[in-house]
Amino acid sequence: MRVLVIEDDRRAAEYMQKGLQESGHLAELAGDGIEGLAMAQSGNFDVLIVDRMLPRLDGLTLVSELRAAGGETPVLFLSALGQVDDRVKGLKAGGDDYLAKPYAFTELLARIEALVRRRSPQQVETELQVADLTMDLLQHRVERGGKRVILQPREFRLLEYLMKNAGRVVTRTMLLEKVWEYHFDPQTNVIDVHISRLRGKIDKGFAKPLLHTVRGAGYCLRAPE
Amino acid sequence: MARGIAFVRLNKILRTTAFRMALGYLALFGLSSLALMAFLFWTTNGLIARQTDDTIRAEITGLAEQYRRSGTTGLRNIVAERSQNQRSSVYLLTTPTGRLLAGNLDSWPAVQTQPDGWVDFTFERPVGATTETHRARGRHFSLRGDFQLLVGRDVQERVEIGARVRQSLIWALALTVVLGLIGGLLMSRNMLSRIDAINRTSRDIMAGDLSRRVPVAGTGDELDRLASQLNQMLAQIERLMTAMRQVTDNVAHDLRSPLTRMRSRMEVALMEGPGVADYRDVLSASIEDSDRLLKTFNELLKIARAESGSEAADMKELDLSALVQGVGELYEPVAEEKGLTLHFDIAGGVTSRGIEPLLSQAVANLLDNAIKYADAGGNATVRLTAEENGPVLMVADTGPGIPAAERERVLERFVRLDASRSEAGSGLGLSLVDAVARLHGAELVLEDNNPGLRVLISFAAP
Repeated sequence: MRVLVIEDDRRAAEYMQKGLQESGHLAELAGDGIEGLAMAQSGNFDVLIVDRMLPRLDGLTLVSELRAAGGETPVLFLSALGQVDDRVKGLKAGGDDYLAKPYAFTELLARIEALVRRRSPQQVETELQVADLTMDLLQHRVERGGKRVILQPREFRLLEYLMKNAGRVVTRTMLLEKVWEYHFDPQTNVIDVHISRLRGKIDKGFAKPLLHTVRGAGYCLRAPE
Repeated sequence: MARGIAFVRLNKILRTTAFRMALGYLALFGLSSLALMAFLFWTTNGLIARQTDDTIRAEITGLAEQYRRSGTTGLRNIVAERSQNQRSSVYLLTTPTGRLLAGNLDSWPAVQTQPDGWVDFTFERPVGATTETHRARGRHFSLRGDFQLLVGRDVQERVEIGARVRQSLIWALALTVVLGLIGGLLMSRNMLSRIDAINRTSRDIMAGDLSRRVPVAGTGDELDRLASQLNQMLAQIERLMTAMRQVTDNVAHDLRSPLTRMRSRMEVALMEGPGVADYRDVLSASIEDSDRLLKTFNELLKIARAESGSEAADMKELDLSALVQGVGELYEPVAEEKGLTLHFDIAGGVTSRGIEPLLSQAVANLLDNAIKYADAGGNATVRLTAEENGPVLMVADTGPGIPAAERERVLERFVRLDASRSEAGSGLGLSLVDAVARLHGAELVLEDNNPGLRVLISFAAP
């Protein structure tokens, strides 16, 4: 995956570049808005990481201009502001996701990976499958190894999100935002309890678990190797 | 030196508003007194002068009668007679050559007669062995045969009274001005000393002594009212400063521990020498610590933002019922996991203006606390009702509760009642609830749930 990081904090950008390379991605850096926009329009990137406050051209304008010129590369906004209104503004300007500083690198990584996956050419999916776990989105039916699994509506949406991002790490914040549509930090790890319930329904009694906890990051639903 | 200080002090008094006002009033009062006195003097003086003229005219009428009846001889007799009796009248009758025929004047006054016949002159009046120069006013007639007659009155007394009155008036005016100036100075000095007291207090406060208060004289006048207003403001500022200092202290304390822990962990790891597995452990533990620190920072920021009210513009009409229900359901499995029953009693269709993420966070914090403190087998309740005065949210638990004396304090940042329960969180949860409630103009009340804690948030009617 080719990532363009448009960030004026050189050291932060270099750490990010290193982290992305360690995770098997290619990352290029742009230090200001004008340079960033030019690179975003000429290079063939899979995702853009754009800081909200940039020299010469701010992040919001950059993305608005990119979108106006027909650029469709998914954008993740980074911001030190992080207020409710800022997130809304970022998304309105054409951003696809929003992450407030300070953030964990795992969170950033999980989010850009989910963005790319979301933008991949996708026909309307009616059925999802991970190993012997299947989900019929039309009939709201879930089966593991051919046996029906009964899920609550929220559990269904949780599993749907995990299956759509199968093989990738999803963080607790991502789950809270995408499945529950909440933008706050729960004091305790409520998400863990929901995951553990879901795990009880889809993994209990099966030799090979599908739903894994990734330490320090979140969760990953993946087929056994 | 002392004179120098006294001069500075006087100079200061002279420049006060009170003194300038006193001076202004004094000028106004002095001028009007002067005008009044001048008017009185002028009218009485004029009246007395007219009376003199009238007397002279009456005298003339009498003499004219006598002259008509018995001619110059008769006139001479009556003038001679009247000159003997009348002390305050003056007469002079002379021949055309100027020889004195009768009268009590020695010679014709060396003054030109005015065209209307009146003449103001001075004459020597014998008093005992000597004479006094007296002023007089009279009328001059030329009779048949060029005989000359002067009939007048001694006005010396009138002139003297006039002079005395004028002098008294000038003295009275001078006295008024002096008294006024002294009064103004005293008044200004009194004002100045009270203002100086206020200034001294504010200097002390600026120097850092926030406990100082402006003295109140107890007279209830405008300066007193000003002083008590200032004192109320100072009390409020002191309260805020104390709160802020406490927050800063708490922040420092709560951040120092994890930072120190991280630092020593990494230091020790470096001393131990290479061992990749150990390094990994140290690093991931440090990441966990820094995550906690970041979380604390974020929560502090969130509280600060809610308190600043900068997000108030983002308020919109919200379905409170759905919001509370949603957060409740998010926490339901957590309660079950702990062996608690979470009761829902949520009225439908309750709305209020608010900021969705902040209200969700507040409800989550309350539920989090309720679940954390209720013991297994106990229960927690979430209730939302539409009261007459507006929506009321209640979150209650059957845990240990909070003693009445501590209910104010737990709203402060970083205050944890049970220090031994270190897993009990950051101590910021209720502070944020408090800040969010205030941002929404809602009232936060902590009550006894017998047993446990009951938290009520009363919103204003939509």
